[in-house]
Amino acid sequence: MSDRRLAIGPDAIDVPELVRALSTEDPGAHGAIVTFVGTVRGENQGRRVTRLEYEAYAPLALRAFAIISDEVSAHWPSARVAFHHRTGSLAVGEASVAIAAASPRRSDAFSACRYVIERLKQVAPVWKHEFFEGGEAWIEGATADVSDASAREEAYRRSCG
Amino acid sequence: MRVTIRLFGRLRELAGAPVLEREVAAQATAASVWQLLAADAPAVEPYARSVSVAVNADFAKMTTALEDGDEVAFLPPVSGG
Repeated sequence: MSDRRLAIGPDAIDVPELVRALSTEDPGAHGAIVTFVGTVRGENQGRRVTRLEYEAYAPLALRAFAIISDEVSAHWPSARVAFHHRTGSLAVGEASVAIAAASPRRSDAFSACRYVIERLKQVAPVWKHEFFEGGEAWIEGATADVSDASAREEAYRRSCG
Repeated sequence: MRVTIRLFGRLRELAGAPVLEREVAAQATAASVWQLLAADAPAVEPYARSVSVAVNADFAKMTTALEDGDEVAFLPPVSGG
């Protein structure tokens, strides 16, 4: 097992494990831990969603996660993040992604947590195949480009709003 | 030289396979492999402007030069989260 802070795979997401992954040798290092859990919504664009299948290019996803984690360290040097993304078939209500962000003060923890989800949606090589009543569709969002500075700035702007 | 092509999401469905092996010219770039793919599977052509590329599981550019045995992945627009 590589870095337990960053993972992608078919196993159900364990949010307390993400929080534990942020613990350091100094128990007083963090004054705040923020968690975000993304779940499968039962409605999308007027369609009644029955399930989502998540496909990923796992080795590249881990590379993207490491880049995002490094970007967090550059913006908020005292913050640490851990996040897991799930793959495979997920029922409505299940967790598809979870993020934990720790920092000495809450403001940076909230910002770092928001930054991770914004960046993850921009660059992580993960695809939603939506199954809904009456059909199915691939959901396509952003062209993944980790070197696009304007996307990075947009994610940072949203994180600090 | 020989390269492995990996495809995902709707691009994988349009090309009809998740993994392809292709013989390419010695000077091949990711872009020339894309052109080869689009010639074989014209249905992928609409993705020419929105696709991004990875070589050996790291983010790359269409201009990236390839070596024998490389794995080139073409990524349709992503939708994680």
